Parts: sequence; structure tokens; C-alpha cells
Amino acid sequence: MLTQKYRLHDKNILAWLAVVTAALLWFLLYNMAQPFANWLSYGLLRSEADSQLGESLAFFFYDVPKILLLLGGMIFLITTLRSFFSPEQTRAWLGGKREGVGNLLAASLGVVTPFCSCSAVPLFIGFVESGIPLGVTFSFLTAAPMVNEVALVMLLGLFGWKVAGMYMASGITIAILAGIVIGRMKLENQVEDFVWQIKANHAQGMTYRPTWSERFTNSWQSTREIVGKVWMYVVVGIAIGAGIHGYVPESALVSIMGKNAWWSVPVAVLIGVPLYSNAAGILPIASVLIEKGAALGTVLAFMMAVVGLSLPEMIILRRVLKPKLITIFIATLTIGIIAIGYFFNIIL
Amino acid sequence: MLTIKILGSGCENCKKLAYLAERAVIHLGVEAEIIKVTDYKDIMAYNIMSTPGLVINEKLVSAGRIPSQDEIAVLITTELEKV
Repeated sequence: MLTQKYRLHDKNILAWLAVVTAALLWFLLYNMAQPFANWLSYGLLRSEADSQLGESLAFFFYDVPKILLLLGGMIFLITTLRSFFSPEQTRAWLGGKREGVGNLLAASLGVVTPFCSCSAVPLFIGFVESGIPLGVTFSFLTAAPMVNEVALVMLLGLFGWKVAGMYMASGITIAILAGIVIGRMKLENQVEDFVWQIKANHAQGMTYRPTWSERFTNSWQSTREIVGKVWMYVVVGIAIGAGIHGYVPESALVSIMGKNAWWSVPVAVLIGVPLYSNAAGILPIASVLIEKGAALGTVLAFMMAVVGLSLPEMIILRRVLKPKLITIFIATLTIGIIAIGYFFNIIL
Repeated sequence: MLTIKILGSGCENCKKLAYLAERAVIHLGVEAEIIKVTDYKDIMAYNIMSTPGLVINEKLVSAGRIPSQDEIAVLITTELEKV
């Protein structure tokens, strides 16, 4: 027993050492990205510093390593942070909370609790079955996909922490309001009947407390999985963005995507919905569009439509929600996202 | 006779877990029946909030994560020793 305990201890120390070494290496690489891009584009490839081609190349070779490093590092950090939360714990915290406080808490916990749309149904049933109000449950179900880790990191890398913060705050705000609206509409009868008949055996519920070594191993696995899925989109997106950056004249897009083009926000949302999970490829293009005169609110609305209004998730939720409630849910989110887009276009 | 249930609606992670459980059973050389539970009503009877779930002889041993093949083997032997 004693030796087993020591072995566990050693494993955790080794895991920490590996993470600290990786972090140092990460910082080194991250700081080398700019000099490396300049050397590659102006030195090795001999393009002129002020030429269109030179600007495009330098942009591409700087953004690709920067964004991929940010994605890897931040997603590892976020998944490790999330390993301290669990849906069971979240449900316990939400139990007995009133409207308002409950919605705020649910939306915030939606950001940090590990969530996969494939688990949306058990989570939904688990929430309502334990007596958490429908509105509070919807606040959680809105925030969880809407504040997406890949989108957050890409916004941080391409636009800075202010825009990333605005995105997160908007996501939480929409989740709170959508939850309150749905809660007020008294739609309990629009939940599939079998949900109300389920009486879970509460003695069985379990929470697992992983060791540090397990946390890091799991985070490393999910980081590899996520980055492996999106890196192609990132590279292609940045390549297109780099082309626009170098070749399209400044403020060329003011008239079609600027603040004064009122229709750009709803159009952005409409285009965003079918692009589910391709945020990674679209954001680099969006960032260059802003440079050429597109409005930030439009881009944020677009971003939230891409990640928050996902068709696959709605299809999964259809198992527990009647069509009317699904429609109301989608409509509420759409209106909320469009409103946020206009809001930022007006105040910025 | 061991009964192993995989709780999940057929997502990627559930398939991975079913595969690992199968491997663990073969590796241990025990006799076991592996059942995939895909109906939400039946899944929710085990009070889990994230899939996939692993049930050995009607006891929920993991939920919302994919234990390694070694860990599943340990879980199976622990349950077998109880019998």
C-alpha cells in the first residue's frame, strides 16, 4: 500500500516536470515566431519588405505558428482547468437556485464544465429530473457550446484579449437572457413526456477524482484531438487571410461589411449557422476583413452563430424537446446573437 | 458470468469504450457479455450525466470519460473478486 502511494506520487511529479518543460519550450517557440517569419519571408525567400507578396508571406509565416502554438497551449490549459468541474458537481451547485441567480450561475458554469454535444441529452435529463428549472437548464445548454474554447483562443490570438473577453461576456449574456425568456414562457409541456417519467436512482451517481498525472494525460489527449481536427482549417484560413492582407486595398470592404451596412449582421448569422465547427478556418479570414473595413460586431455575431447555433446539437436535443421548444430555442438564440452584433457595431 | 454494459447513444467515445472493454475482456480471458445500452431511458436509470458510461455487473464504475484498457481490466477483476 505504501509503495503504491509513493509510485503515484512519483508519477505526479514526473507529470508536472513534463508540463513545466513543455511550457518553457512553448514560450521559447512563441517568442521566436516573429523573427522566424521575417527571416523566412525576407531572407530565405528574398521577397521585398514592402511588396504585396512580402507582406502576405510574412503574415502567413507569423500567424500559422503563432495561432497553432496558442491553440495547443491554451486548450491544454483550459481542459486542465475543466477537469476540476463535472456535470454532477454543477447540478449540485444549481440545485434550488432562483431565476436570475440560477441563470447567471448556470451560464458561467456552462463555460467551465466539460461539455460535449453528444452528452447533451443525459445532461438535460439529469438537470430537469433533479428539479432544476427549465430556464436555468437552457442557460447552461446555451453557454456551454456558445463560449467555445477554439473560438476563444483564436479571437485572443487574432484580435487580442479585449475582443476575446467581449465574446465571452456576450455569450454568457445571451445564455442568461435566453434562459430567462424560455423559463418565463412555461414550456415544461414541450419537453418529451418520457423525461418527466424518469426517476434516476440517485444512489448510483458518481464523481471521479483524477490525479494530476491523469489530468495532464487527458488534457494532452484532448489537445491533440482538437488541434488535429482544426489545424488544416487554420492553415487554409490564414493563407486566404494572408492573400487578402497583402493584395486587397485598405477599407475596400467598408461599404459592404462596415457599420453602416445594417443588413450585414443578419447575413453574417445566416452564413454562420451551417459552418458549424469551422470557426478555426473562418476567423483568420474575418480578422483580415476587419482590417479592411468590416465591423467587429458583425464578426462577433458571425462567430457566435457558427459555434452556438449548431444543427447537430439541435438534432440531438430533439430527442428530449418537442419541435415547438426547439424552434423557440433557436429563435431566441438567433435574436440574441443579432442583437449583440448590432450592440457592438453601435457602441464601438 | 460477467455482464458489461456500455452506456451511450452511439457516439465516437462510446464506440472507443466498447472496443477497449472488449480488448480488456479478451486480455483477461474471462467470460463476459458486452451490451451496448443506447436508449436514453435505460441509460438514465444509472443516473449518469455524461456519456460514455461503463457498468460492470449492474454497478456503474465510470462515466463521462474513457478509462484505459488497463484500468478497465482492474475494474473487472475487482468486480470478479467480489463474487
